[in-house]
Amino acid sequence: MHGLILILIVSLFFGGIVVKTKSICAGRKGPGIFQPLKDIWRLIRKGAVFSETATILTRIAPSIYFASVLLAVGCIPFGNVRGLLSFQGDFVFFAYALALGKFFMIIAALDTGSSFEGMGASREAHFSMLAEPAFFGVIGSLALYTGRTSFLDIFTYLHFGNYLSYALGSVMLIILVILTLIENSRMPVDDPNTHLELTMIHEVMVLDYSGFDLGLIQYTTNLKFAMYAALMANLFTGTLRALPDILIFLGTGFLLAVIVGGVESFTARLRMGRIPQFAFSLTSYALLLFLLVLFITGRFS
Amino acid sequence: MDEIALKLLPLVVAMLLGSVLIALVETKLKSLFAYVVLVIIVIGSSVPAIRALAGHPLEVIIKNPQVFGDIPIRIDALSGWFILIINLTMLTGGFYGIGYLKAYRKENTNLSLHWILMVIFHLSMLSVCVIQNGLLFLIAWEIMSLSSMLLVIFEHYKPETLRAGLNYLVQMHLSVVLLTLGVAGLYLQTQSFDFSSAMQLDNAAILPLFILLFLGFAFKAGFMLGFIPLHTWLPHAHPAAPSHVSGIMSGVMIKIGIFGILRMILLFPLSKTGYLEIIGWIILGVSLASGLYGVMLAIIQHNLKKLLAYHSIENIGIIGMGIGLGCIGLGIDNPYLSAAGFASALLHTLNHSLFKSSLFYAAGNVYRAAHTLNLESLGGLFRKMPHTALLFLLSALAICGLPPFNGFISEFILYGGLYQGSLHARPVGALLLILTILGLALIGGLAMLCFTKAFGIVFLGKGRKPLPESDWQEGPGNLIPLYVNSGLILAIGLFPATFVKFLSAPLALFIPNFNLSFFNFELLDNLQQVSRATVGLLAVSLIMLGIRYIVTHRTVQEVAPTWGCGYNGGAERMQYTATSFVRMYRKLAAPVLLVHRKNVEFPEIFPHEKRTYETHPEDALEANLIDIPIDLMQRFLSFFRFIQNGKIQNYLLYGLVFLFLIGLLSWSKLI
Repeated sequence: MHGLILILIVSLFFGGIVVKTKSICAGRKGPGIFQPLKDIWRLIRKGAVFSETATILTRIAPSIYFASVLLAVGCIPFGNVRGLLSFQGDFVFFAYALALGKFFMIIAALDTGSSFEGMGASREAHFSMLAEPAFFGVIGSLALYTGRTSFLDIFTYLHFGNYLSYALGSVMLIILVILTLIENSRMPVDDPNTHLELTMIHEVMVLDYSGFDLGLIQYTTNLKFAMYAALMANLFTGTLRALPDILIFLGTGFLLAVIVGGVESFTARLRMGRIPQFAFSLTSYALLLFLLVLFITGRFS
Repeated sequence: MDEIALKLLPLVVAMLLGSVLIALVETKLKSLFAYVVLVIIVIGSSVPAIRALAGHPLEVIIKNPQVFGDIPIRIDALSGWFILIINLTMLTGGFYGIGYLKAYRKENTNLSLHWILMVIFHLSMLSVCVIQNGLLFLIAWEIMSLSSMLLVIFEHYKPETLRAGLNYLVQMHLSVVLLTLGVAGLYLQTQSFDFSSAMQLDNAAILPLFILLFLGFAFKAGFMLGFIPLHTWLPHAHPAAPSHVSGIMSGVMIKIGIFGILRMILLFPLSKTGYLEIIGWIILGVSLASGLYGVMLAIIQHNLKKLLAYHSIENIGIIGMGIGLGCIGLGIDNPYLSAAGFASALLHTLNHSLFKSSLFYAAGNVYRAAHTLNLESLGGLFRKMPHTALLFLLSALAICGLPPFNGFISEFILYGGLYQGSLHARPVGALLLILTILGLALIGGLAMLCFTKAFGIVFLGKGRKPLPESDWQEGPGNLIPLYVNSGLILAIGLFPATFVKFLSAPLALFIPNFNLSFFNFELLDNLQQVSRATVGLLAVSLIMLGIRYIVTHRTVQEVAPTWGCGYNGGAERMQYTATSFVRMYRKLAAPVLLVHRKNVEFPEIFPHEKRTYETHPEDALEANLIDIPIDLMQRFLSFFRFIQNGKIQNYLLYGLVFLFLIGLLSWSKLI
């Protein structure tokens, strides 16, 4: 429960910090931290326009997308406090629940019968397919290192060993950050600020959304960021007391937002043809990590 | 014991006679009458099956020493589980068939034959599950193959259907050859046709016989065994058959192959050979390859039923991964691994029979109305047939293994087993298992690509080509089987522990000193927690939809053209197509796939004719390993064509030469 509340809090200011970082990097003053939240609030109260080709799927997809992310958030523990859902293999549920939301967003994009949105749908399906194994590899390494198979056990036992776990945690952090960028369609995979439909991925999928549904989708994106931040924070908390834990939690969220804003300010988007390599290379990092853990745990001796 | 046998035999005979009566019933009632016969068989066979699952196996030995030797009929928990799956799919498939075949009312004889074969097919599948006499088993197996082949060529006046049927017939007989060799070998070693005699096999004979029988069954299941493609009959036979037949074939008939493999693992004393773990690894590797290859080919298909057929290969791969993991668990004596492996395999067998038959029935509804299954000419069917579309979507989500549906549960158990295995295995084993996990995750991602394509292109957007005027009405006959399957799909997904509980009896067969409380603790309790998650997912989705309704039902909701970037003309042709949706994938996977492209371009700036672009996906393994050798063989054999020249004089001469040679050889004591 603690985890859920903290993640919800982080999700509220996440988008604002990204925008603020980008503004500062560009030498602008930029809007306030809560501006994106206000935008979402305004959208939620607005009326909506739907495509005439769209069926009921377009209307229900954002809600299911949100529900799937919320359930995934529910799986994440807070240090050694269990999440709402905690069982052996809960990370499988985590990944597959996220996939359910993605499935609905993809078919909702195809639902409008637009050529642009089909493009986005196709790209989203490909890139998430290529990034999918990386998550299972990272979790596999963690499971091997700790000998446990649920989020809570893994994150609790991660710190009973030695300081090696912090070194491992840092390597995993890098993989998780890249995974976050791919899963949330941010730079260098996708540029959320582009105005050209032909180069969009996530934005082009939601071209025909407006009002409540668009607001929900935008909020869900922030929630997803906060969720990955919580996952990263869990690599370093665990045996600490509550207050430092909370600080690490919020701090990780803040740092991730700054990183995302920074990456967006200083890098260009990858060429579309290069993205599959980028996404798939992540899986090989995960495999290397697994090998490393095999060595560390002394299986080869 | 013999009393039951006496009751059993007349029942089977009565059913066969009853099936012949189908021919006499008038056309209108024919389907209904046949369905009643099917229902009687279902009830008759389900009773012992349920008893076996509840822990009361049945063993009847018919003493008939003349030809076959004793004929043991054994219904244990494994047979029971498969009998129930077969019966369920026959019930829905038969019901769907009634509605589906209404369009063929004029073909009276054809219909009679079809329904008679359906009854025989059902009986033969059940017999294969219970008969444990090698010779009779082969006969039942052959009847099953033949009747299903005849069911496939229902529309025998179409040349391509006939070709698919012949292809199927030939490939099935390769399987029969392997099985016959296996059974003959068993007889030579033990002087008995009884399967249970396999227990007395010498150590040296176990492995070769097991491999022979395994290959035979793998044919039926449609495995892709590394570089031995056993799967190539599937994508030809399924699209050609009527939809309910493809649903039944894909849903249960290929599972008979899985049943055979499981039965062999039970019967052969593999642990004596010490190769059990290695066999497990091999099955795991082969299944992973099957799974990946199946879904990789499914993605590029343009024919909906062919796409589904390739997906069966993928799902057989997932089932096989469970079996492999189970064998590894048996080999290294880890009860959790074997329980998770076999449980996921058995559960996925049921799950696949549910969602795959559902998908085929939905494809049948599409075909009945649109008269085509080519994805490129379909589109926007959601508005025309909303029920079919939603039920297809539900099954598609289930087949991708997404929660809260049943596919997720079996894949979840499999993932759990694989992760546990990687914790306890030796380093190479751990590495192989993590590669398997990555492969399974990749299969999941690919399946999602495949089914977003299949569902999105067929049911969403606007129609891509003008379709013939047709009756788009969906009657209850076309929908009830789909609803039944969908209800079960959702029930297993939401309350998995209730269903997995029934697996304890089959699992106890596989795992020596099976510990029920351990099973309950490790698997069922955890599944209770999963149930909370899946129910929660459904509940939160519904709550969100409720909130959405409350917030938005007062606001203005307009309908306007899709965003077209300033130009909305020709929107139908501007849409994404099946080909363009997977273009990026096709380029990525080009080294593995074989896709012929046909691109007609015209050099003028404003061409008068339409530019066309087509892709023709082909099975690279089939093309390289089957078609090319057959071509070479035909070329070689064509040198001898002069022998068969149609002149009777020559043929008589051959006979004379043959006799002369025989005489010569025996005179010189050579033979």
